[in-house]
Amino acid sequence: MSDRRTIEVTVNGVRHTREVETRLTLGDFLRHELGLTGTHIGCEHGVCGACTIHLDGAAARSCILFAVQAHGCEITTVEGLAKSDGTLHAVQQAFRDHHGLQCGFCTPGMQMTITAFLAENSSPSEKEVREAISGNLCRCTGYQGIVAAALDAAQKLRGA
Amino acid sequence: MKPAPFKYHDPRSVKDLVGLLASLENAKLLAGGQSLGPMLNFRYLMPDHLIDLNRIAELAYIRPGADTLEIGAMTRQRTLEHSQEVQRTCPVLVEALHSVGHIATRNRGTIGGSLSHLDPAAELPGVCALHDAMLTVAGPNGTRSIAMAEWGVSFMTPNLEPNEVLTGVTLKAWREPHGYAFVELARRQGDFAMAGVGCLVALDGNSKVRRIALSLIGVTTTPVRLSAAEKLLTGSDLAGEAIKAAAAEIGALEALDDAHATGTYRKRLAGVMLGRAIGRAAERARMQGSRQ
Repeated sequence: MSDRRTIEVTVNGVRHTREVETRLTLGDFLRHELGLTGTHIGCEHGVCGACTIHLDGAAARSCILFAVQAHGCEITTVEGLAKSDGTLHAVQQAFRDHHGLQCGFCTPGMQMTITAFLAENSSPSEKEVREAISGNLCRCTGYQGIVAAALDAAQKLRGA
Repeated sequence: MKPAPFKYHDPRSVKDLVGLLASLENAKLLAGGQSLGPMLNFRYLMPDHLIDLNRIAELAYIRPGADTLEIGAMTRQRTLEHSQEVQRTCPVLVEALHSVGHIATRNRGTIGGSLSHLDPAAELPGVCALHDAMLTVAGPNGTRSIAMAEWGVSFMTPNLEPNEVLTGVTLKAWREPHGYAFVELARRQGDFAMAGVGCLVALDGNSKVRRIALSLIGVTTTPVRLSAAEKLLTGSDLAGEAIKAAAAEIGALEALDDAHATGTYRKRLAGVMLGRAIGRAAERARMQGSRQ
């Protein structure tokens, strides 16, 4: 006797219509229904930040949002960052250049958090970057590289 | 699927919402979901009905008045953080918001959700206490107003019936020039505060306290105003001795005691936070004075 609703969402520019159980989280919807497994599900209680996506342009945790709540919304996931020809987003390129990822589990959430943050604050200080990623946990403890990548990406995006 | 099954409702008006609340058993209200989401995922809560408030547009607003700031329950924390009106009328709210979770949680989290969840360490209830807020609650018999001082009944329990919903909050802005500060200590940025203090202070021409408000979070089961300390400090010059005496008043409180920090430690921290908050607020009050 599951409670179901039909939702319509735009993910990375593509429109999808699906019938979903109302208790399905947005993170599980993206991964299981749409096959967009770039969004990583870590703690599933809003602490680790791995599942961060953009909901109507704002960073949000997809593990504690229901898919039904995203009805009518625009979503961007990590798959939507690079250009269609494979050119990496400046933040992704900076992660590569500065060794901003090790195991890669936190990476999608980190990149979604940082891209949203840089869109609001184009020339952050190191302290501001650290505050911005305070809700994203990297268990490899690779924060140095992540912070360096964010600062470098900010500079490149300003120049672009 | 993490949460247990529920029936989902997304009313579009407060009228429909109140009707649903009156007719449904074991229903939970979903505001920003940054605390409720985890609780549902853990199956710590298993409501039969989930009523989503996110599509009720009339609950999201910021309305500055002559001496007040009215905020709708579904106003996002991030919206408040960026609001020029909030910065102008109640800047301590903006300062406190920087300690509320993280950008991604503030994008979803709401002021009404914070007030209704009423975590002892939550900053926004502390700011509402500081600004003598009045809360508006809607239920089957219409609306009623509750003073912030009467809002917290006990640990994570607001003065709210099961068929009622918080719709808005009115902060009383200070008309006179004043300094402000919100200071807390948490183990990590955005984590739950072990102790936090909010302070508003207005000084007279001789740098003596004309008016002061102090609120404390993270120490007692619900946020409290430190009235005894306020009384002690009114008329004082905020010298070290006066602040020490005010901090001593915290000793009389019954403090939370848990795995994160003992009650004794929380109270000791609260005294330190009190000194820092007053120091920063007084400095801002003096800067205000020198600008005039």
